[in-house]
Amino acid sequence: MTRARLAIATALISAAAFSGQAAAQAKEQFVPVNSYWVGPYAPGGSGIAAGMIDYFKLLNARDRGINGVRITWEKCETEYRNDRGVECYERSKNKGPTGATLIHPLSTGITYSLIEKGTTDKIPVVSIGYGRTDASDGRVFPYVFPLMTNYWSQNTAKIKFIGMKEGGMVKLQGKKFVNLYHDSAYGKETIPILETQAKMYGFTVTHIAVPHPGNEQQAQWLQIRQVKPDWVILRGWGVMNPTALKAAAKIGFPRDHIIGVWWSGAEEDVIPAGQAAKGYIAAGFNAPGADHVVIGEIQKHVYAKGQGELEDKSRLGTIYYNRGVLWGILTTEAVRKAQERFGKGQPMTGEQVRWGLENLNIDDRRLKELGAVGFMQPLKVSCMDHEGGGAVKFQQWDGSQWKVLTDWIASDQSIVRPMIEASAAQYAQEKGITRRDCSTEK
Amino acid sequence: MLYREAGQFKSTYAEDQQIFPIRQDRIALAVFLAFALLVVPVIGNQYWLGALLTPFLIFSLAALGLNILTGYAGQLSLGTAAFMAVGAFMAYNFVLRVPGIPILLAFVLAGICAAAVGIVFGLPSLRIKGFYLAVATLACQFFVLWALQKFGWFSNHSTSGVITAQQIVILGYAFDTPARKYLLTLGVVAVMALAAKNLMRSETGRAFMAVRDMDVAASVIGIPMMRTKLLAFAISSFYCGVAGALHAFCYLGTVEPEAYSLDLSFRILFMIIIGGVGSILGAFLGAAFITLFPIFLSLASSWVNDLFGVEISHAVVSNLESIIFGGLIIFFLIVEPQGLARLWQITKEKLRLWPFPH
Repeated sequence: MTRARLAIATALISAAAFSGQAAAQAKEQFVPVNSYWVGPYAPGGSGIAAGMIDYFKLLNARDRGINGVRITWEKCETEYRNDRGVECYERSKNKGPTGATLIHPLSTGITYSLIEKGTTDKIPVVSIGYGRTDASDGRVFPYVFPLMTNYWSQNTAKIKFIGMKEGGMVKLQGKKFVNLYHDSAYGKETIPILETQAKMYGFTVTHIAVPHPGNEQQAQWLQIRQVKPDWVILRGWGVMNPTALKAAAKIGFPRDHIIGVWWSGAEEDVIPAGQAAKGYIAAGFNAPGADHVVIGEIQKHVYAKGQGELEDKSRLGTIYYNRGVLWGILTTEAVRKAQERFGKGQPMTGEQVRWGLENLNIDDRRLKELGAVGFMQPLKVSCMDHEGGGAVKFQQWDGSQWKVLTDWIASDQSIVRPMIEASAAQYAQEKGITRRDCSTEK
Repeated sequence: MLYREAGQFKSTYAEDQQIFPIRQDRIALAVFLAFALLVVPVIGNQYWLGALLTPFLIFSLAALGLNILTGYAGQLSLGTAAFMAVGAFMAYNFVLRVPGIPILLAFVLAGICAAAVGIVFGLPSLRIKGFYLAVATLACQFFVLWALQKFGWFSNHSTSGVITAQQIVILGYAFDTPARKYLLTLGVVAVMALAAKNLMRSETGRAFMAVRDMDVAASVIGIPMMRTKLLAFAISSFYCGVAGALHAFCYLGTVEPEAYSLDLSFRILFMIIIGGVGSILGAFLGAAFITLFPIFLSLASSWVNDLFGVEISHAVVSNLESIIFGGLIIFFLIVEPQGLARLWQITKEKLRLWPFPH
């Protein structure tokens, strides 16, 4: 075959494949799964994607989808890069009979890039446990949902937890904190709230940045040794976390005085650090472990048939996997809620799902039905409050597994909410957005 | 047969000196531009325009900027992304702080700011050359990102250091859809590419090339070393700055300083190496290869999935993409070390003889 013929044949095959995609689909709810399976953040990205897809598979297998509407999805590799994330979003937004249901950008940076695009295209941007904090003010950000708990809320819960450890918030007076953060939009998100809280409680905080990807931290820990802090807040992501723990062990900083955020508290973050990670404490908004009812159901209906997403089954019940399942639950519950209003058994558009998200109410009874009691916190979203939950659990690594230390610790909304509203108001002013009046929302 | 200049006689100096001396080239370019301007926005969907063509054009412009500096003037630089960052953040600040400023003027001013930064960091080029200069421009890369993060003024005291580009309105006409943003980008890139092509044929361009080929000889024949080198840095940074402004305003909409990391500088350097060092067309070909090819690979993997019904593990597919991409880069560099632009040149020469090669 000559080269020219080969080229024509290739072109024909790809054209055929392309037109094949356009075949009509009905009664399907399309959810894009944009994540990352390569690069320094792959452990997080692949685990979350697998959990979410497995939950969709469970619903499709056990309940025949959401009231008969099957869930479909397509994976897209973003490499945790903003431009690839935008490309994935544009690629997936018109797929399925009703377009993308909602989008999980799975990166704070990509979330920022998609806020305006999602609002224009009427596709909700759902950032569970990350993203733009002040988007919790739903009046300014109708299409953005930083569900469960945002970074600022988490931060107040963390300071509260440290206060509990120290024996009362007054004991924080004069204490020294170091905020070791990933030098990105994600890492910097908590600097203002830490400053505010430092003034409130009288502690000092030193912010130390770690450049992406974070596998080089000697200089930073040297600085920490000079500061001699009482507590180190580890705001890391991916490979930065085990590196930090190992560096802490090297300079002899007690690991049980390092508090990680929830993107620093998974098995993948501590196991590579080995013994250095023992005693390390991290926050979480979903519980670890494979003994939850919903994980059992996934094992029964998906993995028993050999259809699971994970190649390495030992990852079932890990933090990231469970977080993915939690995302799956929230995604499908929002669609279910939307169906209640706009037509049961019908695929929902992004606009309708937005209503579903805004009126999402997962109470204890519903948690029980979902088999997720203790797995996640109850959630009630409203037009004013796009966050919904706001509580955090703390867990400690004992060298082989995460042990949950506390019950749900509520965040301090009296500090967070005014800051969110002020920040959102500034955004609204910059962009010329008029705030929605929540009393007229139906 | 079709592509042949026989019979095209030049009777004036102007005709002899035009950019494209062959009539077929002129027609092809006009048709191509008309197609890109008139047909593409109509037939292209949002995905093609917003996610593929616009970034391709923007990165072409940045690669073009680097090519002026590295390809034509011979000064190796690793600060491209930093110049883009200056352009993006300064364009944002001009629009924010100067009420009623025309957006194109803001882009130009942002480009001038980038040029100023380029001149400052181009100063070491007067003393050092080659790889050592590359390391010196590395300082620019780190310094600019540090400054953008350190001083809240640049991001209007945004908590996370992220800026959100304002709406683009030119003469009351809002460029808000992907198609319009594509057209704006295309316009800017076309004008600037034409300017670059002309510049390289002028005295300045020849001075650049003389410095590149042998700077001692160049200074002996009277080319002022300092002026020429700094001018190359200024023009190159101007192009990169405008590309950065377009990147923020026409493509992402929201940018953080980390988006302009060293990684991006390297990618743009690879664009010109693969496309062709010292060639305007090379910047476009290289940008197309580096930005579009990985996306094509990822699309192709899903087509293979659909076609054969085999579900390959996505982690494997993602890693395979990187492997294939890397392999192709090596392949191209072995087959044609002078880049894709050279391949095109060879094709053109063959076309002139076709169908009678002997």
